[in-house]
Amino acid sequence: MTSPAIFAPRSGVLARAADWAIRHPRMFVFLMVLPIVLWLGIVYIGALIALLMQSFFSIDEFSGVVQHEFTLKTYAELLRPSNFAIIARTVAMAAAVTLASAVLAFPMAYFAARYARGKWKALFYIGVMLPLWSSYLVKVYAWKLVLAKEGILTWIFAQLHLSWLLDAVLAIPVVGGNSLSVSYLGTFIVFVYIWLPYMIIPVQAALERVPAPLLEAASDLGATPKQSFRMVLLPLALPGIVAGSIFTFSLTLGDYIIPQIVGSGRLFIGQAVYTQQGTAGNIPLAAAFTVVPIVIMGVYLWGARKMGAFDAL
Amino acid sequence: MHSDTKAPLALKLSAIGGLIFLLAPIALIFLYAFTTEEKSYQFPPPGLTLKWIGVTMGRDDVWQALGLSLKVAAIATVLAMVLGTLTAAAVARSRFFGREAISLLVILPIALPGIITGISLRSAFALLDIPFSTWTIVLGHTTFCIVVVYNNAVARFRRTSGSLIDAAMDLGADGVQTFRLVILPNIGTALMAGGMLAFALSFDEVIVTTFTAGNQSTLPIWMLEELVRPRQRPVTNVVAMAVVLVTVLPILAAYYLTRDGAETAGSEK
Repeated sequence: MTSPAIFAPRSGVLARAADWAIRHPRMFVFLMVLPIVLWLGIVYIGALIALLMQSFFSIDEFSGVVQHEFTLKTYAELLRPSNFAIIARTVAMAAAVTLASAVLAFPMAYFAARYARGKWKALFYIGVMLPLWSSYLVKVYAWKLVLAKEGILTWIFAQLHLSWLLDAVLAIPVVGGNSLSVSYLGTFIVFVYIWLPYMIIPVQAALERVPAPLLEAASDLGATPKQSFRMVLLPLALPGIVAGSIFTFSLTLGDYIIPQIVGSGRLFIGQAVYTQQGTAGNIPLAAAFTVVPIVIMGVYLWGARKMGAFDAL
Repeated sequence: MHSDTKAPLALKLSAIGGLIFLLAPIALIFLYAFTTEEKSYQFPPPGLTLKWIGVTMGRDDVWQALGLSLKVAAIATVLAMVLGTLTAAAVARSRFFGREAISLLVILPIALPGIITGISLRSAFALLDIPFSTWTIVLGHTTFCIVVVYNNAVARFRRTSGSLIDAAMDLGADGVQTFRLVILPNIGTALMAGGMLAFALSFDEVIVTTFTAGNQSTLPIWMLEELVRPRQRPVTNVVAMAVVLVTVLPILAAYYLTRDGAETAGSEK
């Protein structure tokens, strides 16, 4: 004989479903993660792997048909001078942007962490949050206004009687160009602007944790400001800088909008992927190009982890 | 760290210079929305007018793009909140096979460059024979919005004591009641913050959208087209100003609301 249940089974679909869930915890967890596993685990990851697999296929140069057999030919194509130049250009840009962001971010973060109080603190908070949260495209648009040949920057240089300086900078081969908005220099400035907040936040977080007496002790012990910066402040801020550089570096590597709008027309990795999968219809080469930033970031993250950058996030 | 000594002049100047660098371009957007110049980005503007605000208000394509962006962001946010919360609850409160893999899985769409997620989703839609529509944009946005809801919810679930739920059940609450009266009030604010982040992320997204939208335009797509091939600069100027205003006000509000608290919401995008 089975003993009667303490509570009679309740009526109503919802209540019965809830009771069922409590009695079958494993099934319930399974149902909870089912949609995510189906969508992300199968559809998204499946498509991602399918895309990456394509990089081991090659395209027939005459018919333009993808040949579905394993080959490393497409990767070899990456090393062709024109393609390799795209990779080198993107990595060099990402490195330059990261370096410039670190140099610009440090004094701001240091001032905000050590000296800013009250109104200044508020101004710094808004000054970082506003560009961070503003629409990406609106920010790029704003720089199109700033860098245009007839725009404010040219005007400022003219007012300061420094037009010759701007012209001299634009005349530099490779980085210069007709105007700032169609030069590498312009692309570089916009990249720095867009990703700078991602550097300031972790650097400031790292600096907030440095005790002020430590710096006073350094100077009491006879360190010049330069020495205490190099031997005390910088090593303590370094995890923050590395954490910020993860953002600036990876975001620059993958971006294809900024160089398309402000730039010299020479391609970056993102643009190469875009044109290869779109107009050129060479999916294997597009896939091989996407592998490049993934591998670079994998190595970068591994290195960053060794330097303890993840504790500073 | 904080010290009461005065900042060296050079440091102060470079910090102020940095602030100007960060804020001046955004301020410039406001000036250009009123310029009378139509063909170029001439500075200083030859004259100021309110005309273009009226013109923009009367533009159907702008309203349609805005409408689509709001619709997509709203649906994607709701979907991301449901999926993110379910996953967070499962990961935080039980152990099962593949639990670690799931936390990696939700981060992947945002950790990888947008273009990779975009191409992958596009080929998945092609493979599943799903025609491009508003729903493919929604699915794309949901894919990368889940992680922000998940991150917020999972942190809160970990801090919420499991014995609260046990206690509710012991006192006779059924599953639905427990969820409504105990779990939801506990995770409510975290969900709210995650939802707001997801909405902002979706509203501004352009890269994944270019791969998952047919010929519909969300507001960022509209903006991108204007950026690549400027055709109606004055209208673009006004739209840019409106977008800045929409983002500035919540930031200022959030600042004044959290000013006295120790922590500020949303330190990372």
